[in-house]
Amino acid sequence: MEKTWNNKAWFMVLPVLVLVAFSAVIPLMTVVNYSVQDTFGNNEFFWNGTQWFSELLRSQRFWDSLSRNLIFSGVILALEIPLGILIALNMPKKGVWVSVCLVLMALPLLIPWNVVGTIWQIFGRTDIGLFGYVANSLGFDYNYVQDPVDAWFTVIIMDVWHWTSLVVLLCYASLVSIPDAYYQAAKIDGASRLAVFRYIQLPKMRRVLTIAILLRFMDSFMIYTEPFVVTGGGPGNSTTFLSIDLVKMALGQFDLGPAAAMSIVYFLIILLLSWIFYTVMTASDAQN
Amino acid sequence: MHLDFTWMAWTWPTAGFFLGILFLLVCMGVWEYVSPGGNPRVGILRFETTRGDRLFISLLGAAFIHIAWLGLMDASLWWALLLSLGYAICVFLFV
Repeated sequence: MEKTWNNKAWFMVLPVLVLVAFSAVIPLMTVVNYSVQDTFGNNEFFWNGTQWFSELLRSQRFWDSLSRNLIFSGVILALEIPLGILIALNMPKKGVWVSVCLVLMALPLLIPWNVVGTIWQIFGRTDIGLFGYVANSLGFDYNYVQDPVDAWFTVIIMDVWHWTSLVVLLCYASLVSIPDAYYQAAKIDGASRLAVFRYIQLPKMRRVLTIAILLRFMDSFMIYTEPFVVTGGGPGNSTTFLSIDLVKMALGQFDLGPAAAMSIVYFLIILLLSWIFYTVMTASDAQN
Repeated sequence: MHLDFTWMAWTWPTAGFFLGILFLLVCMGVWEYVSPGGNPRVGILRFETTRGDRLFISLLGAAFIHIAWLGLMDASLWWALLLSLGYAICVFLFV
């Protein structure tokens, strides 16, 4: 059938365009304007050219928080994706336990970020927190307030606890949509469990896995509330990720110009990585 | 209704920058009107790109060229712009 082209349909997109302009484009333009100026408040601005960018890109502080953020995203992806697949593979496909498992999995996703932070902040405390107290009773020298390694451990475990469910639910949804005929055929061929996973389940999950990785990457790269509530970026600067550093700069120090320059670089990194990811995903889909 | 945009802290250079982007988008619209379809092809990146994709790659690349220039070089930023233009031409020819 011939596809109907009607360019008047583009007008239907106008409301969305207005909304996006209001919520994203205008604020972004303002940030660009801020990034080339300096202010001392009172809505007065002074031209500063590209000085903030040069300073930012040559400051150790920025590169440190950027690398901390990249390491954090890498670690949580390396943990959450395999763990999510493993749990999804082992969840029941039929019966009453399906709903129980689904509700249990969805629970962490329903808890707001700051509440998750508070839960783990208390959970990890060595005096009244169950986890911190038990860890110390067992002889581990665990204290996330003083030890950077413990602080990292807590923030990572918290993120895994909060977001692995998302990967599980996405993988589970694609696993239950695989027709039984595939498994029957595999059985007839005498395929091993590993072969079933490698040649049936993994290819079927590829699309949702790509989405899961993209979502988890972007979310972890922008993470703010949870580590802020638990560690406040400390001890020292050990868990100061980009967003925490950005807020410190913009609101704590009221350095709007440098903070705007940092936002733009931050935004460009996210844009580049998301674009690469999206392109790889759609290009390999087209090949298939 | 009185609209006040002073809170956006506009400057002439940034306004020029956004008008430039808008101009590029309008040009792409006109180009699409004159020759519809976006001219999809597979270039050196080995995946299909349209004119819009090529513009996006050019702009994003230009942003990173400028940032790298600011971070590594002390010479005038106009050189980065020149480099970005060369890059954009290459993208439109080969990608």
